[in-house]
Amino acid sequence: MAATRTTAAEAIREVPDGATVMVGGFGLVGAPLTLIDALVHESAARDLTIISNNIGEPGRGLGLLLRQGRIRKAIASFFTSNPEAVEAAMAGAIAYELLPQGTLAEAIRAGGAGIRGFYTPVGAGTELAGGREERVIDGVPCVLMAPLRADVALVRAEWADALGNLRYRLSAQNFNPAMASAAALTIAEAVEVLPVGGLEPESVHTPHLHVDRLVDATLAIGDVHGDGA
Amino acid sequence: MTDPRDVIARRAALELAHGEVVNLGIGIPNRIPAFLAPDVDVVLHTENGLLGIGPRPAAGVEDPDLIDAGKQPVTLLPGAAAFDSAASFAMIRGGHVDAVVLGALQVSERGDIANWQVPGGKALGVGGAMDLVTGARRVIVTMTATTPEGAPKLVAECTLPLTARAAVSCVITEHAVFRVEAAGLALVELLDGATEDVVAAETGARYRLALA
Repeated sequence: MAATRTTAAEAIREVPDGATVMVGGFGLVGAPLTLIDALVHESAARDLTIISNNIGEPGRGLGLLLRQGRIRKAIASFFTSNPEAVEAAMAGAIAYELLPQGTLAEAIRAGGAGIRGFYTPVGAGTELAGGREERVIDGVPCVLMAPLRADVALVRAEWADALGNLRYRLSAQNFNPAMASAAALTIAEAVEVLPVGGLEPESVHTPHLHVDRLVDATLAIGDVHGDGA
Repeated sequence: MTDPRDVIARRAALELAHGEVVNLGIGIPNRIPAFLAPDVDVVLHTENGLLGIGPRPAAGVEDPDLIDAGKQPVTLLPGAAAFDSAASFAMIRGGHVDAVVLGALQVSERGDIANWQVPGGKALGVGGAMDLVTGARRVIVTMTATTPEGAPKLVAECTLPLTARAAVSCVITEHAVFRVEAAGLALVELLDGATEDVVAAETGARYRLALA
């Protein structure tokens, strides 16, 4: 079914308390800044589990949600870009799981693709194996990873058509396509929304069947000011 | 005196062959492109989803959607490709990246590498380090021989949290080039006028002498 056109404020109210929410972006590049802003200012959802490569920066992006105390758990590969997130994790204020970046990406991809687990050599024999099943395959020690899925995914594309087909720009693509496929409800923001047929079929990165809500992106990186950290 | 980081980068550049797909970590590896021979073009991969990146852009013309894995602005060369994170790490794990050059906190004589966490430190980030050292066909470590406190970084056993076991192919310091062989570590080259004694004093691992 085609995505529903709506506003960020309307769409974000569909995030319930206790939800697991995937948030696209590598740092703030490709992060759904409009939807994050709505989550911070237009939603009261609490006890959220956030799956994102980073937990924003101090006072920017997901860093604001962290300051509101609404994150119960975070799953990421690089908390370090937000020292406040590192402190919160170390102090036990939030639960956390640190994953190698490629394992994080593949677990999300697997979640969207119906794969129930995969063996990866990455992390085997290290503390990030985290007590997971290890198995030697073709002589290579591997770790069994479970897929990741979410209740809601928040993603950002440069272009969409009115059906919800998405196309990303340059390195703003990052985690967005995998996340769009791995959630029960995918909310996409797009900088430019074209009429149906406005995207060449072979140029679509995320086919519209993955996208449930489509909103206009109204914030760019330059609009999101933090503490200058 | 040459900056030791440039001694390391200049030597590391010689490890890369024309046409290879290479992923450069932050710090010293980022100095390597300046030292590549004119007839050596490598294709730079960055794990956040670009293949074929070019030099840093001039100030004022950065594209906000064009960054490398260190979140620094980059440019693209003709023929570059952009892709998503899952595809990018599939390239890495799948053995399609010829070499990764990156720094380390410790490397053991068996090629174990620790480069993502100092115990008690304020870092909580592994990023793509584990994927890169596990998946790249060659792992070239560029690092100063000792810590700022003077402790050797090339050690018998890593005491810091491991990034991967038996992953490193080559270690380049400001004084030496070591190769990790099946039998252990080999000192193959002295750099910048260093002597065997200097290298011995700053190395905490066993190695065999294999100087040309």
